[in-house]
Amino acid sequence: MSRIDRRFAELKTAGRTGLIPFVTAGDPLPEHVVALMHALVDAGADVIELGVPFSDPMADGPVIQHASERAIAKGVGLGDVLQAVADFRVHDARTPVVLMGYLNPVETYGYARFAQTAVQAGVDGVLLVDCPLEEAAVLQPLRDAGLQQIMLAAPTTAPARMAELCEAAEGFLYYVSFAGITGATHLNTGDIAVRVADIRAHAKAPVAVGFGIRDAASARAIAGFADAVVIGSALVDRLAGATDAADMAERARVFLAPIRAALDAH
Amino acid sequence: MGIEATLFAHTVRSRTQSNGSMNKIADFNAYPDPHGRFGNYGGSYVAETLMAPLAELTEAYLRLREDPAFIAELDRDLKHYVGRPSPIYHAERLSRHVGGARILLKREDLNHTGAHKINNTVGQALVARHMGKPRIIAETGAGQHGVASATVAARLGLKCVVYMGAVDIERQQINVYRMKLLGAEVVPVTSGSKTLKDALNEAMRDWVTNVADTFYIIGTVAGPHPYPMMVRDFNAIVGREARAQMLEEYGRLPDVLTACVGGGSNAIGLFHAFLNDASVRIVGAEAAGEGIATGHHAASLAAGRPGVLHGNRTYVLCDDNGQITETHSISAGLDYPGVGPEHAFLKDAGRAQYVGVTDDEAMEAFHLLARQEGILAALESSHAVAQAIKLAREMSKDQIVLCNLSGRGDKDVHTIAAREGVLI
Repeated sequence: MSRIDRRFAELKTAGRTGLIPFVTAGDPLPEHVVALMHALVDAGADVIELGVPFSDPMADGPVIQHASERAIAKGVGLGDVLQAVADFRVHDARTPVVLMGYLNPVETYGYARFAQTAVQAGVDGVLLVDCPLEEAAVLQPLRDAGLQQIMLAAPTTAPARMAELCEAAEGFLYYVSFAGITGATHLNTGDIAVRVADIRAHAKAPVAVGFGIRDAASARAIAGFADAVVIGSALVDRLAGATDAADMAERARVFLAPIRAALDAH
Repeated sequence: MGIEATLFAHTVRSRTQSNGSMNKIADFNAYPDPHGRFGNYGGSYVAETLMAPLAELTEAYLRLREDPAFIAELDRDLKHYVGRPSPIYHAERLSRHVGGARILLKREDLNHTGAHKINNTVGQALVARHMGKPRIIAETGAGQHGVASATVAARLGLKCVVYMGAVDIERQQINVYRMKLLGAEVVPVTSGSKTLKDALNEAMRDWVTNVADTFYIIGTVAGPHPYPMMVRDFNAIVGREARAQMLEEYGRLPDVLTACVGGGSNAIGLFHAFLNDASVRIVGAEAAGEGIATGHHAASLAAGRPGVLHGNRTYVLCDDNGQITETHSISAGLDYPGVGPEHAFLKDAGRAQYVGVTDDEAMEAFHLLARQEGILAALESSHAVAQAIKLAREMSKDQIVLCNLSGRGDKDVHTIAAREGVLI
């Protein structure tokens, strides 16, 4: 059983909703990626989504764009991200890590080489935003190596296609709560609840909901019907400007604590 | 003129047999496949949210391009609004000056709004109207596609928002003002390198957010399927006209075609009707900027590697971390780190060659054409003229180079003056 599957099984047994924070690797402090990952776990993360910086993040709003730009300016690349995961694994063998990003850095690194290095580092899954089901054949070396493919589903996804995604889902299915980019705020929980209930009834994997969740209130609203919530831009925004590892860890803790509490109170 | 009214490239079937050296591709009109792939290139590399709108667009477009009423409507617009057909012009003095093959210019600079860009925007705006989308968005680099989009939006009474990099806004003030005069809103893009590639990202973000009422008019043969196919089809009128004009006026096909390649819409427009004519050599001119060896260029095909950018697999300029690199060209319209996937395919298939032309070479060609023929070419098109001159010089007097003069240079007068230290 993969680390991701095991973690969702534990959550189910405990009757808890999972918390999946997203951070851009290398932002705000490139030398403290590993410290940040441990801080996220200490603050209640069940799965970590680690963003691989990319110069042209088409699906991301300004907060994550700028985090990416800052990380790239400091020279952070895919190799550094993989090394950070390997270093994280020295002290944490249990928390699943999903790399989230765009295809070109992986393509440039080489699919086979990436698959091998990522598995050795202790990466559990990959979510490549610009690689929909139709193009996923290029990711075969990743699947062969045992990396789980986290797929996106969206409000615009047609029913027949949703059935395919539910069938193909591994690790967890990431439901994008609205048509838009990361960091936007128009969350309509009523619409999402109906759609997510339907997906959960059919998907071969648990369903996490992301986009637009920014605080305890929005997390609590989603917790009622999702297996996990993903929280990205609001966290990245909170971390920006941290001066040292301790400050960064404290920001993560202060930001995530009420969200963790809201999910657990549900 | 012997130009067929039928507009779309897929209906053109050349009788010329392809020779064996072309990697066994029997019919270049068979591309892309239903997934939008040109061999290893193209496809739809976008987030899930856009898959449904792209499928909707593909379906609408494939239906419309078979619809006689739509074709007639487009034909009428191209003739009466754009001013087609554009002539092929024998640049006699220039040819004599160069002292080699005859140089012919396909005069896309004579179109309404001054470039080939209008061929595409007229077509896509009609598709938008048929799909019932009241709002148009576009990205622009030099501003030519932005102006062409604002133009057709004004004519059809559609709202128009144009995304443009803050750096490009600074260097293309006249086109920014033209767009505003036409009623468009110009939104400065301040992310990334603040140029064309970032404008494309931002337009894509707008589209994904406003997908219900918005039609995205991409300005080049890039982006996810169906854009590379659709934009090619709308520009392929250039090559279809030119091929018929060659046969009618010269009784033969040209020996070589050349066109400038940024994203590659004017080039594919000229090339496409000739792809199955094995006797016609095809050469694309990319922006070599200050020279490919300096790293300050935009020659994705000549100096890049296969990658994924803006929704398709193609040749891109990126570093070892896969980060797309900033490009340089004197012409904003060629200043793009990717290229249309069909060009990547033609390069790998050996059907077309892509070479670099530097800023200096383009400037020299600009001046030569101005003085020899009384034509101010766009800086983008000046790259093609420079390449035509290089080719013609090595060829005999009975041979013909057909060069796409894709746009006129009025928009570049300030850039040229500044480069040459002239205050106007």
